[in-house]
Amino acid sequence: MSYLTLNDVTYCYPNGFKAVENVSMSFEKGESVAIVGQNGAGKTTTVKMMNGLTKPTQGDVIIDGLNTKDYTTAQISKKVGYVFQNPDDQIFHENVKSEIRFGPKNLGFSEQKIEENVTKAAELTGIVSFLDIHPYNLPYSMKKFVTIASVIAMDTDTIILDEPTAGQDSQAIKRLGYIIDSLVQEGKTIITITHDMEFVVNNFERVIVMANKRVVEDNHKQDIFWNLGVLEEAMLKQPHISRLCNTLNFNEKVLDINQMIDVLKKTSGKVKVTL
Amino acid sequence: MSGIEIRNLSYQYPTGSEKVLDDLNLTIESGKFYALAGVNGGGKTTLCNVIRGFIPHFFKGERTGEVLIDGKDVQDWDPSDLAQKVGFVFQNPFTQISGVKETVFDEIAFGLENLGVEVDVIRQKVQDIIQLLGIEYIQNKNPNELSGGQKQRVALASIIVMEPDILIFDEPTSQLDPQGTEEIFRVIDIMKKKGKTIILVEHKIELIAEYADYVIVLQDGQIKKQGRTEEVLSEEDTQDYGLGLTQYTLLDLEMRKHKMHTERVPITERDSVQVMKQWIELQGVKS
Repeated sequence: MSYLTLNDVTYCYPNGFKAVENVSMSFEKGESVAIVGQNGAGKTTTVKMMNGLTKPTQGDVIIDGLNTKDYTTAQISKKVGYVFQNPDDQIFHENVKSEIRFGPKNLGFSEQKIEENVTKAAELTGIVSFLDIHPYNLPYSMKKFVTIASVIAMDTDTIILDEPTAGQDSQAIKRLGYIIDSLVQEGKTIITITHDMEFVVNNFERVIVMANKRVVEDNHKQDIFWNLGVLEEAMLKQPHISRLCNTLNFNEKVLDINQMIDVLKKTSGKVKVTL
Repeated sequence: MSGIEIRNLSYQYPTGSEKVLDDLNLTIESGKFYALAGVNGGGKTTLCNVIRGFIPHFFKGERTGEVLIDGKDVQDWDPSDLAQKVGFVFQNPFTQISGVKETVFDEIAFGLENLGVEVDVIRQKVQDIIQLLGIEYIQNKNPNELSGGQKQRVALASIIVMEPDILIFDEPTSQLDPQGTEEIFRVIDIMKKKGKTIILVEHKIELIAEYADYVIVLQDGQIKKQGRTEEVLSEEDTQDYGLGLTQYTLLDLEMRKHKMHTERVPITERDSVQVMKQWIELQGVKS
């Protein structure tokens, strides 16, 4: 049995709108997975069911043996942390430090453990120098790191990041990659929604593609980004370098610059041999 | 049409201890498309706030130097004239939506209503914009019930419907999927073709490469680099200022390290395909 399982899950809003239909997926501990797809594909609704913020109207979500239907959101939130898409939905304290302390304090951690977790989370997210600042005085991108830190400080087994790359500069995107890497090393499960295909290529192995409220593909990134039919169905594009490789008619499934360099070396070698 | 002249501009927020903008000099030519890029916290949004007149009309603090639109400092513009002259699409669409309108259609009409435009004209303009952005399917929805991406489209529509000469877009696609992002860039491009002056804050470098005429790189409140897009984005040291280069440029620079020299450094996909084809052909000839 996987650590986190969604079993044939449907979510229907009270007004009758179905946001997610018959979705199944499962995650192991220590796995990092990207969820991609168009706006409105059902990505956020799906991950909100993973930490019990919403309960499926049909099907089951089971986390570490617990069915979310039988537990409160507070109980489930000890297992799965969720970083909201809009940091303003999440921030409400007068300084960054108390913002980050809030989660672990609520979980009843000892003062020592709270301090440890806060320090670690602040270091990992690179916001140590902002701890005394009012979160609302930080730019959007830094607020996002505050919300990530406040979820990391809760030390949950699984962390969900909802569009962490939105509005981030190139250094911040590298930092996000480093954060995800470090957490996975610790054995945490990281599930990330993103529209940035280069970010997916650089930081994830497994990719779940959602379109029209369903999962259309769940596979290794190489198989996802060279499955043009699936990409078209989900209105996604290949990563830039893959597309270039495709246009140039190289018969190789490259995803990034290093792979492309290897192909170019091989190709220029081949030309020499044939002549 | 309007250009902007910025001379020795410095600014410090009332609560801040450091200059957010530090002795900036910049000429924005009318009808051109400028991308403001660089590390977060570098002063991009603040500069936009100055041009739009939110600084010092709304945010106080000390602003020195000159910011001239049509030869007149924004401080001396009448706020409602300036609102018609310069449109500003906020970074966070959640803060742009008025919250007082029941439908997307009314939300988009809000600005024109405030300007006292005739009802029939408003109706027509709003319909045109809704069509241009392809958001007919949400026009009767409550703006508060929209997804992040939908809100971002509505925020954009509510500004461009007013047809200001100068349009400032502060990360207008941050919540959008790749397809939605391209749609927005196509709309911005249409605005450019109409002769509007465009100032865009954006991190999606491939799209800057594709659409912008000029790139201005800000860090620590100073302009670290500026120039034509194809110049700024093909130079390796641009990365030192928190601005990534396109995958196409990075590939080319990496090829050079492996002794694979192309004729020039490409910045866009089209460019890259051309340069690569040339290189491949040349390889064949040489061998």
